[in-house]
Amino acid sequence: MQYHRPASFAEASDLAAHATGITRFLAGGTDVLVQLRSEIVTPDTLIDIKAIDGVRDITRHADGSWTLGVAVTGAEMSEHPQLGREWPGVVEAMDLIGSTQIQGRATPVGNLCNGSPAADSVPAMVAAGASVTVTGPAGDRVVAVEDIPTGPGKTSLAQGELISALHIPARGANGGDAYLRFIPRTEMDIAVVGVGVSLRVDGDTITEARVSLGAVAPTVLLVEECARALIGTTLDDTALAALAAAASAACKPIDDKRGTIEFRTEVAGVLAKRAAKIAYARAKGETA
Amino acid sequence: MTKHHVTTTVNGDTVEYLCDARETLLDCLRDKLNLTGAKEGCGTGDCGACSVTLDRRLVCSCLVLGVEAEGKQIETIEGMARGETLHPLQRKFIEHAALQCGVCTPGVLVAAKALLEKNPDPTEEEARYWLAGNLCRCTGYDKIIRAVLDTAAELREAS
Repeated sequence: MQYHRPASFAEASDLAAHATGITRFLAGGTDVLVQLRSEIVTPDTLIDIKAIDGVRDITRHADGSWTLGVAVTGAEMSEHPQLGREWPGVVEAMDLIGSTQIQGRATPVGNLCNGSPAADSVPAMVAAGASVTVTGPAGDRVVAVEDIPTGPGKTSLAQGELISALHIPARGANGGDAYLRFIPRTEMDIAVVGVGVSLRVDGDTITEARVSLGAVAPTVLLVEECARALIGTTLDDTALAALAAAASAACKPIDDKRGTIEFRTEVAGVLAKRAAKIAYARAKGETA
Repeated sequence: MTKHHVTTTVNGDTVEYLCDARETLLDCLRDKLNLTGAKEGCGTGDCGACSVTLDRRLVCSCLVLGVEAEGKQIETIEGMARGETLHPLQRKFIEHAALQCGVCTPGVLVAAKALLEKNPDPTEEEARYWLAGNLCRCTGYDKIIRAVLDTAAELREAS
């Protein structure tokens, strides 16, 4: 295995573009090194991107939008004084992953690139409308988070391409987000179902909404029907019922030891309602 | 395969080693530096027996490559006592009998020290969540938690 520590994303991309065999990028390593050590994936080329300038930076821009470096960890997100106040759902989703030790290394960009449909941070980022910069041989392009995963363990990134930044939009006024997952214990487990909701209100009425489901399909889903069920409503019982029905209808889950198809489908609706209530309360400035 | 030359700081001492890119920091600590306090339990970041701090951040050393340690500051269980004087956490673990077989203990101590540096007055719940990545199959955790909270109380009184 060749180990490289490039000083720029262009150099990292060039190394990957010209590598043969299996290439992996190393940030926190909480998936890459587990797969290496379990002999699930043994890279021929390992490209450590942590020596690139700015990869540990959390930047809030003048317009209120955010850029997170690709090596920013869950612990660094949780400790940031302002990120979690504006995007509590995104920070809480990331914080659900693994132990204290894992939080010290794991990154949301790694969580995305690992391609797990049950990745906790991904539905929260999709609901938030987050995007990533992809650097490749042809230069940079910006891609919505929901367009990165294409199936379990698979992404839309081509050879020589890597994510070089994570962008979260400005929260803006009267907005709130939330992420909830079901696991059969209190923590340290993989989501059986995960739901991210981000919305904006004008008074009591929801004017914008994005709802994303995890662990109920081969990829994390952005569900337009759920958003439509919320927009224009005051999150009354009719809206909540329509939201739950739309969430359950969008599910295409598998049966496995952690949850049956029926269970996941039902729970997706329940969690969508609960997450929407939290996001709504946050958007209205109530504590939740 | 070319070996990588790594210069890093472990418990305040500058150390050097040669490692293969696939070797973990845990392998390098144990096999090259003879610091065998950190244990390999699972090797996949689940059990916490290999806990160390890397630039003051608690990590599983089985999920860090040896080459990644270049230029970093690493603290291990071997750096916890000051000569013959045990760290208060070590003393309290003995007092409370917070260990049996001892395999998880170095990792638990390193993790608990990181907790008390960040939060000198943790609630029982905070301590349990912080240490949830350190598995112990002997004690049932109660004695560990009591020892950590008792240490925190003693350190607060002393400061």
